[in-house]
Amino acid sequence: MKPIRPVGIVGYGGYVPIYRIKASEIGRMWGNEGCGLPIVEKAVAGPDEDMTTIAYEAARYALMRARIDPHEIGAIFIGSESKPYAVKPSGTIVAEALGIGSHLLAADYEFACKAGTEAFQTCIGLVGSGMAKYAMAIGADTAQGRPADDLEYTAASGGAAFIFGLKSDETVAYVEGSCSYATDTADFWRRAGQPYPRHFGRFTGKPAYFRHVVTAAKKLMEELGLGPEDFDWAVFHQPNTKFPLKAAKMLGIDKKKLEPGLLVPYIGNTYSGSSPLGLAATLDVAQPGDRILVVSYGSGAGSDAFSFVVQDAIEEKRPLAPPVKAFLARKKYIDYAAYVRFRGKLLK
Amino acid sequence: MRGQVAIAGAGCVKVGEHWERSALDLAAEACLKALEDAGNPRVRAVYVGNAASELLNEQGNLASLLADALALESVKAVEVRAGDASGALALHQACLDVLAGVGREPILVCGVEKITDVLAPEAERIQMLFEDARSTFHSGVTIPGLCALLTRLYMERYGASYEDLVALAVNDHKNAAGCPHAQFPFPITVEAILNSPLVADPIRLLDTPGFGDGAAALVLAEADEARRLNDSPVRILASEVVAGRMNFCEREDPLTIPSLREAAKRALAAAGLGVKEVDFFELHNTTSVVGALALEELGLAERGEGWKLISEGRIALGADWPVNTMGGLKGRGHPWGATGTYQAVEAVLQLRGEAGKNQVNGAEVGLAHNMCGLGSVSCVHVFARWEVKA
Repeated sequence: MKPIRPVGIVGYGGYVPIYRIKASEIGRMWGNEGCGLPIVEKAVAGPDEDMTTIAYEAARYALMRARIDPHEIGAIFIGSESKPYAVKPSGTIVAEALGIGSHLLAADYEFACKAGTEAFQTCIGLVGSGMAKYAMAIGADTAQGRPADDLEYTAASGGAAFIFGLKSDETVAYVEGSCSYATDTADFWRRAGQPYPRHFGRFTGKPAYFRHVVTAAKKLMEELGLGPEDFDWAVFHQPNTKFPLKAAKMLGIDKKKLEPGLLVPYIGNTYSGSSPLGLAATLDVAQPGDRILVVSYGSGAGSDAFSFVVQDAIEEKRPLAPPVKAFLARKKYIDYAAYVRFRGKLLK
Repeated sequence: MRGQVAIAGAGCVKVGEHWERSALDLAAEACLKALEDAGNPRVRAVYVGNAASELLNEQGNLASLLADALALESVKAVEVRAGDASGALALHQACLDVLAGVGREPILVCGVEKITDVLAPEAERIQMLFEDARSTFHSGVTIPGLCALLTRLYMERYGASYEDLVALAVNDHKNAAGCPHAQFPFPITVEAILNSPLVADPIRLLDTPGFGDGAAALVLAEADEARRLNDSPVRILASEVVAGRMNFCEREDPLTIPSLREAAKRALAAAGLGVKEVDFFELHNTTSVVGALALEELGLAERGEGWKLISEGRIALGADWPVNTMGGLKGRGHPWGATGTYQAVEAVLQLRGEAGKNQVNGAEVGLAHNMCGLGSVSCVHVFARWEVKA
């Protein structure tokens, strides 16, 4: 998939809450002595945060880098599976808080962990077709993990925002192409009204994550006539530390190319925020001319793959907002008791 | 066993997580391979060994289902069920059917299990349904939990270390690396086992079989008929089944498997062989400690000394008593009701000289032990090359 007119990213921003809980602290709670923990620690939204506040923070930084009049943004899409309201859009909350005008297309997306990159594609389409001058895509979550479930170790909070516009001297990276792959694969789900998702154990691996990520990435490379060696950086959805590294290996991509965007060991799986945050962190270090592969994954299941080429404007715009690394360094540890309170697991 | 039974064909599927295939798909593939190996004869009966398809797959009556799927017209179809001993028990029943001599056509035997239709905790729960509910299942203990008790007692009484025992898992993985149908065809180290998650102190994850799906099938016939179908049939010199105390805490000594001791004694007597005349052994090592106990019950080691055979490497391919030549439960995998027939297929490969890198040189006789749980029932088969007669 390619837009008729070239489209790029005019501004981007990431945000990760300050609180962290160590995987070993969760393990201590449930009698797991520490063998095979999937990550080191995860980011936890504070008691005064939810998905929309995280989306707002990231979007604010994206606007700072974009240097545009917020009123010129014609669409805002938020991809998330932790929307504060089941019925009431999240995008309007964020748009109003940002001061974006009201002549606005706003919608919330849901496709497990890939809802954020679906918003990318819609924005690229709207801008590329001329229906919007600028469009904003946000992937953000305060993900849910059932106490004692494997997911509790990784389900984390965070998000990233991207503003798309026509490719110009103001865009920090342009879109070379995108490719999606989706099937009906029930590896992970949360039914309406249920507080926590369920998953089918090891089925979430080979037939789900790896099949979709690898297929989408290969198809994108085939369509663009590129090989794994043509990418300087790669970002894959990060449900744990092992999966993205294995996906890279399967695609023949050197694991060093993942390093800047591999955030999961220190913030956990930010679900819809995961691959967008990885892209933001990679843009924080990439040089003009670098090519970045981004492949998201959403259970249920599907993957969106993108190729971005970094442009000169990155040098000037990068310092206009805090890098993702700053949020990684800024942290306060909480114990399981505080985690229980912050995440609303106790009935008052 | 009076009379002579031989295997005219054998086939199996790779053990693994067969997400997109049903128990029937797996069984049918194994059976078609075994039938082809035997020259696609018409069969008069099909025996299916399966532990828990109703609970795992919402599908019962597998034998009739399989006969229908394979378009076997007007055959006898029998399902045999004894937990993870179902495969060898189906083989035993099929042997008896051959010997009953009610027809000349061969008999198809298939062990099959599709475990990954449920999540691991549910599979663990279902596995405990093969135990005595009153004393075991209702207490909440799991098979690795029971093995942990045995391992602790074994180590304390006989002075073995956990490192000594898990050398069996290392042996199994080494052999699995050369086995095309193994679930885990790669070597592991003692260190990797000791660093893997604790399942039930002192049992580590890499000392337990993973959950895997599989099916393995054989075509049995009276010996001369088998010879007519296949140039190199494999003889079944003995097939013995013995039940024992289900709860090992109620055995005279918990560190024994009386059902195995008796079944092996009867089988070796029927075959007219001493245990040390057997060239290789396929054991039912639920965890490493059970392998050590099995070596003692077979008479290869004195009581309390099975671990020494393991830690000294005397069970390796090319050593004194090769054990689990294709990976055993740990390396090949343990698809419950199929494990017994996998052992038989592997014995066929060894005795026909088709075991590739894992070939036991000059193998003439092999013994397989398949049991339910920790010895509630033991099935022992002795297999031999065509040239060897009981």
